[in-house]
Amino acid sequence: MITTRALEWIIERLLFLCAALSVLTTGGIIFVLAFETYEFLLEVPVIEFLTGTEWTPLFANRHFGVLPLVAGTMLVSVIAMVVALPMGLLAAVYLSEYAPSGFRRVVKPILELLAGVPTVVYGYFALTFVTPLLQSFLPTLSGFNALSPGLVMGLMILPLVSSLSEDAMRAVPNGLREGSYALGATRMQTALKVVVPAAFSGITAAFILAASRAIGETMIVAIAAGQQPRLTGNPFVPIETMTAYIVQVSLGDTPQGTLEYRTIFAVGMLLFIMTFGLNLVSTWLRERFREEYA
Amino acid sequence: MKKQADLLFQILSLATLIIALAALGALVYDIFVDGGSRLSLSFLMNTGSRNAEEAGVYHALMGSIWVIALTGLLALPIGVAAAIYLEEYGTRSRLARFIELNIANLAAVPSIIYGLLGLGLFVRLMGMGQSVMAGAATLALLALPVVILSTREALRTVPSSIREGSYALGATKWQTIWNQVLPMALPGVLTGLILALSRAIGETAPLITIGALTYIPFAPDSVWSKFTVLPIQIFNWVSRPQAEFKANAAAGILVLLALLLSMNAIAIIVRDRFQRRGRA
Amino acid sequence: MTGVTRPVPASLSGVASRPGQAAASLDRPVKIAVDNLNFYYGAKRALDGINIQIRSNLVTAFIGPSGCGKSTFLRTLNRMNDIIPLTRVEGAVQIDGKSIYDSKVDVVQLRRRVGMVFQKSNPFPKSIFENVAYGLRINGLTKSKAETNERVEESLRQAAIWEEVKDRLHESALALSGGQQQRLCIARALAIKPEILLMDEPASALDPIATQRIEELIYDLKKSYTIVIVTHNMQQAARVSDFTAFFWLGRLIEFDRTDKMFTAPSAKLTEDYVTGRCG
Repeated sequence: MITTRALEWIIERLLFLCAALSVLTTGGIIFVLAFETYEFLLEVPVIEFLTGTEWTPLFANRHFGVLPLVAGTMLVSVIAMVVALPMGLLAAVYLSEYAPSGFRRVVKPILELLAGVPTVVYGYFALTFVTPLLQSFLPTLSGFNALSPGLVMGLMILPLVSSLSEDAMRAVPNGLREGSYALGATRMQTALKVVVPAAFSGITAAFILAASRAIGETMIVAIAAGQQPRLTGNPFVPIETMTAYIVQVSLGDTPQGTLEYRTIFAVGMLLFIMTFGLNLVSTWLRERFREEYA
Repeated sequence: MKKQADLLFQILSLATLIIALAALGALVYDIFVDGGSRLSLSFLMNTGSRNAEEAGVYHALMGSIWVIALTGLLALPIGVAAAIYLEEYGTRSRLARFIELNIANLAAVPSIIYGLLGLGLFVRLMGMGQSVMAGAATLALLALPVVILSTREALRTVPSSIREGSYALGATKWQTIWNQVLPMALPGVLTGLILALSRAIGETAPLITIGALTYIPFAPDSVWSKFTVLPIQIFNWVSRPQAEFKANAAAGILVLLALLLSMNAIAIIVRDRFQRRGRA
Repeated sequence: MTGVTRPVPASLSGVASRPGQAAASLDRPVKIAVDNLNFYYGAKRALDGINIQIRSNLVTAFIGPSGCGKSTFLRTLNRMNDIIPLTRVEGAVQIDGKSIYDSKVDVVQLRRRVGMVFQKSNPFPKSIFENVAYGLRINGLTKSKAETNERVEESLRQAAIWEEVKDRLHESALALSGGQQQRLCIARALAIKPEILLMDEPASALDPIATQRIEELIYDLKKSYTIVIVTHNMQQAARVSDFTAFFWLGRLIEFDRTDKMFTAPSAKLTEDYVTGRCG
């Protein structure tokens, strides 16, 4: 006969196991990536991987320099950031400092809708609408390019930047604002010179998180950016991102255990390290910000 | 002078909001225009085909439903259990803090990484193959942080006076949670689950990575079947060079968006229903 | 000015506690004996050297200004403070001669014997019937539906609310008025047949009429239960209780028969408090 005390203890253990699953998941990710990356690095020296400028693992003449993929990812992400950061911040300023509460209540959820659209839809939009539109006044723009998915990705990330920045700005105590207004400052001056600087760490955390999101994004670039790894800064030509490469190989028939198969894990490992690092910095900044205004 | 600058700034920031919303509008409009004509009952009932006009989404739709249902079945109990532990049992320990940190980080990991995890762990190591089960397990891990977060918030809304009233009657912790706290938190828990699933239904990258095939013309008949899902079918059509598949892709998107909207609507209805019941 | 006096043990022969009541009626066995109790929230000491004996089948009132520790002390008697993290108890609390803070003690069983009614009524968001039946179910006290129904009715009668709710047992408890909800909470506590009933300002959130009903209820209940009631309302303490304990800043200043506390208290601080000169 199981006593109540014993039963309670068992239940608590079971609940704990479910909570600990998250740690196991992180561990699982690291283990799977590390294991295959290790096998990969047994055949490809890490220097060649990280500094090589040609990525042709599936061709007869194989090269395993990952830089073109990284360059492709960076190019698209930078374009996305150029769109999302200023627009998101401005939108946040408006919602936080200017907008009446009724306006906020209606507009904010609609803005959140942008974040809820599946990325494959954005990919479709980039390929079939934005690229032709851009081509009408940028005739040198190739059918697959970095500009179009970059812009669309910026649109997708905008609500993230806006929402987190707005949270950071609303956490700034009103006393600071009132002090500024009392000195005769306009709302713009108060917003730009008092509120935004006060919310600086929170806003930076938002930016970094958005960058991490852009880097890890897959479908928009898989559809619209192309499959030609190329070390370039030109947004008008086809490129390939790290994420799109993983999709490309997964769609194919690469057998398990081969070097080609392992490349997706090596690229995945690099991607994971980049995004994980950015996330940690963002979290750290947000914690620090919370301490300032808790 | 200052006032003009302020006004200009206000207009500028409002303009960015409007531009963003206009872009969303353009997106929706464009998809309707592209896909409206293809949308029909036969589109919903047909499966894949080389002929664009005969190709439908039935197999992909069924695949999505199978995967999402299984994902929900996996993610709900584990997510709720984890949230209960963190919220009711372990709040102060360093271990609990470490787990919380992990969950927060996992929420921001790109979904394709989950796909790689699923490939290495579920498909290969555990031998599930490229099955609905492997896909659901992968998506469940992806959905877990969201479920845990929203369940914790729901648990927090239960006032401590209810817990105290239960303890004072000689109830154990688990009796209190199971009989009082969890029923009260249920609407929030369900809403969170539906929201997590509505995100999962749009996920493409992790399922491609674990090997959900892009060309599979039949609906799944068991959790061990190979499968495809709606977003992957859309991706497949978008990737085809032939122009006529563009309409299919757009129509498929409309079906996906309709699914999403209904799931969100259900979430809102569930939340409101329960809120009305809870109030006397 | 505080003189911390030893709590005066109630020596009871020949002295009536209430006009017309038999002299020996206060000479009841000790139910709860507290010996040199200290209580800490983290590093802060909230209760300091409490010594008191609470007698069976009588009403004992704890009075004192806000924050003096009377609610905290009440909660040590059924170990409700265990729920709060970083709390510590020193000293002994004994019920029927057995320590309740012993490591072998089953807290769940303790709380069945020592019931509690809270300051703000906290009915569960379930039906009236389910509220009362809950304690029976989780403790496995009834074996059949019929038995459960009987016990629920009995408790609701004891709490003097049966007539008002008998036709709507399966409606939500939240639809009741404040006073009714509090009586429902009392019924809920009584259903598991505790020996002791702890009441933390049970009528503080209620109007005068509801308050009066609760006070009448307390007077009836003491025939079957030992009652300890915390109140900030001195008139209520005077009306309802047989013994009164006066707390100030975590210390027990004076403990005596109620009539004596309010007419001829031993400590100056007590006198100042009951006459309204301080606190």
